[in-house]
Amino acid sequence: MSKMTLEDLRKLREAKKLEASQRDTEGKETLVIVGMGTCGIAAGAKEALDVMLEELKKVGNDNVIIRQAGCMGLCHVEPTIEVRTPGMPDTIYGKVDAKVAKEIVHQHIVDGQLVNEHVYDKPAADIIKQ
Amino acid sequence: MAVKNYVLVCGGSACESTKGNEIFKSLLHEAEKKGVQNDLQIVKTGCFGFCEKGPIVKVLPDEAFYVEVKPEDAEEIISENIIKGRMVDRLLYKDDSKKGEFKAEDIKFYQKQERIVLRNCGLIDPESIDEYIARDGYLGLERALFELSGDDIIDELKKSGLRGRGGAGFPTGLKWSFSQRIESDQKYVVCNADEGDPGAYMDRATLEGDPHSVIEAMIIAGKCVGADKGAIYIRAEYPLAIERLEIAMDQAREKGLMGDNILGTDFSFDLEIRLGAGAFVCGEETALLASIEGKRGMPIPKPPFPAAKGLFGKPTVINNVETYANIPVIISKGGDWFAQYGTEGSKGTKVFALTGKIKNSGLIEVPMGTTLREIVFDIGGGIPNGKKFKGVQTGGPSGGVLTEEFLDTPIDFDSLLAVGSMMGSGGMIVMDEDDCMVDVAKFYLDFCVEESCGKCAPCRIGTKKLYEILDKIAMGNGDMDDIDKMRDMGAAMKKASLCGLGQTAPNPVLSVLNTFEEEVLEHIRDGKCRSGKCKDLVQYSVIEDKCIGCTVCARKCPVNCIAGERKVAHVIDQDACVKCGACYDSCKFGAILVS
Repeated sequence: MSKMTLEDLRKLREAKKLEASQRDTEGKETLVIVGMGTCGIAAGAKEALDVMLEELKKVGNDNVIIRQAGCMGLCHVEPTIEVRTPGMPDTIYGKVDAKVAKEIVHQHIVDGQLVNEHVYDKPAADIIKQ
Repeated sequence: MAVKNYVLVCGGSACESTKGNEIFKSLLHEAEKKGVQNDLQIVKTGCFGFCEKGPIVKVLPDEAFYVEVKPEDAEEIISENIIKGRMVDRLLYKDDSKKGEFKAEDIKFYQKQERIVLRNCGLIDPESIDEYIARDGYLGLERALFELSGDDIIDELKKSGLRGRGGAGFPTGLKWSFSQRIESDQKYVVCNADEGDPGAYMDRATLEGDPHSVIEAMIIAGKCVGADKGAIYIRAEYPLAIERLEIAMDQAREKGLMGDNILGTDFSFDLEIRLGAGAFVCGEETALLASIEGKRGMPIPKPPFPAAKGLFGKPTVINNVETYANIPVIISKGGDWFAQYGTEGSKGTKVFALTGKIKNSGLIEVPMGTTLREIVFDIGGGIPNGKKFKGVQTGGPSGGVLTEEFLDTPIDFDSLLAVGSMMGSGGMIVMDEDDCMVDVAKFYLDFCVEESCGKCAPCRIGTKKLYEILDKIAMGNGDMDDIDKMRDMGAAMKKASLCGLGQTAPNPVLSVLNTFEEEVLEHIRDGKCRSGKCKDLVQYSVIEDKCIGCTVCARKCPVNCIAGERKVAHVIDQDACVKCGACYDSCKFGAILVS
C-alpha cells in the first residue's frame, strides 16, 4: 500500500469499522481471539491455536475467523481464548490445552454449548463509552 | 442445538467450598423438574473474582449477576429468570454506593475496571495496523496534525491531568511544554520501555498487545514539541514486544503515518528501537539517555532536565510506555473526557500487575482512587488457601508495604506517598501471613545492591550496608540499635543519592520498620521469625504425643534426617536438618513444632 493522505486514512477507518460492525450485526461468522502475549505463548497458546485450526478444518467449518491478540490480563488461567459466536454470549475460555481447544470447536462452535469448567470472565468489561 | 439461556455457576475454589457444586446440582434438578432443561445450559466456570459475595451465578444473555446464592434459590432462578424472563431482584448484586433503582448496565461495574491504556489489549491483532485504525487508531494523530497547534496539544494534556506513569508522577503536559518552549535545531522523543521492577509486566503487555498506541503517541509528541526523531529504549529480554514494535513501525511507515511528510503534510518523524541490556538503573531517564548515546548507563545530576538538555545534549521528551499509551485517546477524545476518571490529583486509570499470594493474578486497569481492598479482594479474589492477608508491596524496590489498615485508602500518586509507599510503575505483590517482612526487605535490598551502578557513595555503600544489617538480623545476630542505624542510613541515602534508584532504595526497609517494627524486633529480641522464613531462627521438632509414626514426614524429607520406626514417634536430627519445612507441610496430625 502506498502512503496515505488524510482522506485515505479516514476512508480506511470507515471501511474497517463497517467491516467490524457487519460482522457483529449480520452475525454470520464466529470470531476466535487467542491471547498471544509472551505469557499466553509460554503457557501453550500456540498449541491451542494449532489444534483449533486443525479441528475446524476437520469439521469443515470455514466461517470462523481466528485472530491473535495481546494479553487479556487473565494471567492465572493462561492460555486464554475468546469466542464470539452469533446467538451466543461472548465467552472467554481459560486454561485452554489441546483437549479443551478441541471441545471448544466441537461443543461451542458446532453445537452451540458452552464448555464446562473453562469459562472465565475478563477482569475488565470494556465499559468506556465508544 | 443452540439454547436460549446460559446459567454460569462459579466453580472457583472459594465458591466451590461455599456450595457452588450444590447450587449447580439443584439448578440442574429444577430445570429438569420444570421441563426446561433443553432451553438452557448450566455451566460451571472458573472464578469470577469477587469471592466475598460468593457463590455467584450469572445468567446470560440477560447478564443477571446473582450474589450469595444458596442452593434453595435455584428454584426461583429457574422459574423466574429462565421461564418468565424476570430477574430475581433480591439476589442481584447492588453496589452499596448506588442505592435505589437497579439498572442492568450497572452490573458490569462490579468489575471495577476501566480500560483506557489496555483498550485494545487482548482484542485486536497487534500485528495489524488496520484493526488499530478501525478502533479509532491514529485519530489522535489526525487531530494533532490538522487541527491542533503544539500549544493546543499541551493544553489538552494539562486539562487531562495526565501524570507520568513511570513512577514519580510528573505532570506530562508540563514536561512537554518545557521541551516545546526551547529553540533548538534538533529535538528528540524517547520512550522508556526499560521495565525492570520485580513482578511488573504492564509495559510488556501493552507493547505486545497494542504497539501502535505508543508509536502514535510518540509521533504526536514529535509534532507537539518539534522533534523529528525518536527512540524506544526497550529491554532485550522482551523479544516478542520488540518484534511486534518493529512490525508496527514498518506498517506505519508503509502507510505514510511515520517517516517523511506524514499524511501529506510537511511534518516528518521517524523512530528507532534501542535495546537495553538489562540494567535496572537504565530505567532512570538520564542513565537511559546515556545508554542510547552508547555510554555506560549511569545517571547524571539534574538539573538540567532531559526536557532541556537530554539525548546528545538536545531537548528531549521522555515518557514511559503507559504514559504514551494514554495520549492518543486524550488527544482524540479531549482532556476533559480523560479527567472525568480518577481522583482530584491523579486523573485517569492505572494498570497494575497483580501477583504474589493472590487467587486471580493478572493484569488489571482501574480508575485512580480505587481502593486496595477492591483490587485485592474484589478483582483479585483474595488470598488463596484461606491464609490471612498481610500486605501489598507497591512500587517495587522503590516502594513500600501497604498493610491491612490501608486497605480502604483510595490509590493515587499522593495517597500512596502519604502512607509511605509510592505508585511506582505498577507492580503489586500481595503477601500473606507466611511472608516474613525482614525477608521481603532483604530481597529488595539484595536487588538494589546488584543494580546500583556504583557511581555515588550513598547508594553503592548504603545498599550494601543496609543489606548486611538485615542479613545479620535474619540470622538472629541483630542488635537493638540496628533499627536506629537503618533509619539513619536510610534517611541519609534518601537525601544524598544521585538518582531515583539510590533515593528510593531504602524505602522498602523504612516502610517495614514503620509498619512491622514489632516483627523486626521479634527477630532481634526473641530470636524468633513468626513465619518461619528466616531459616537460622527456626527449629523443627516432633511433638511426641501427637506423632502416630505414619512415616510421611520421613519420606518427604529431602535430606533424610528424620528417623523413626512405623507407629513410633519420629525424631528430627537437628544438625542435618536444612529447615525446608517439608515435614511441617506434610504432617496431617500437627505433630511438627516450629519454634
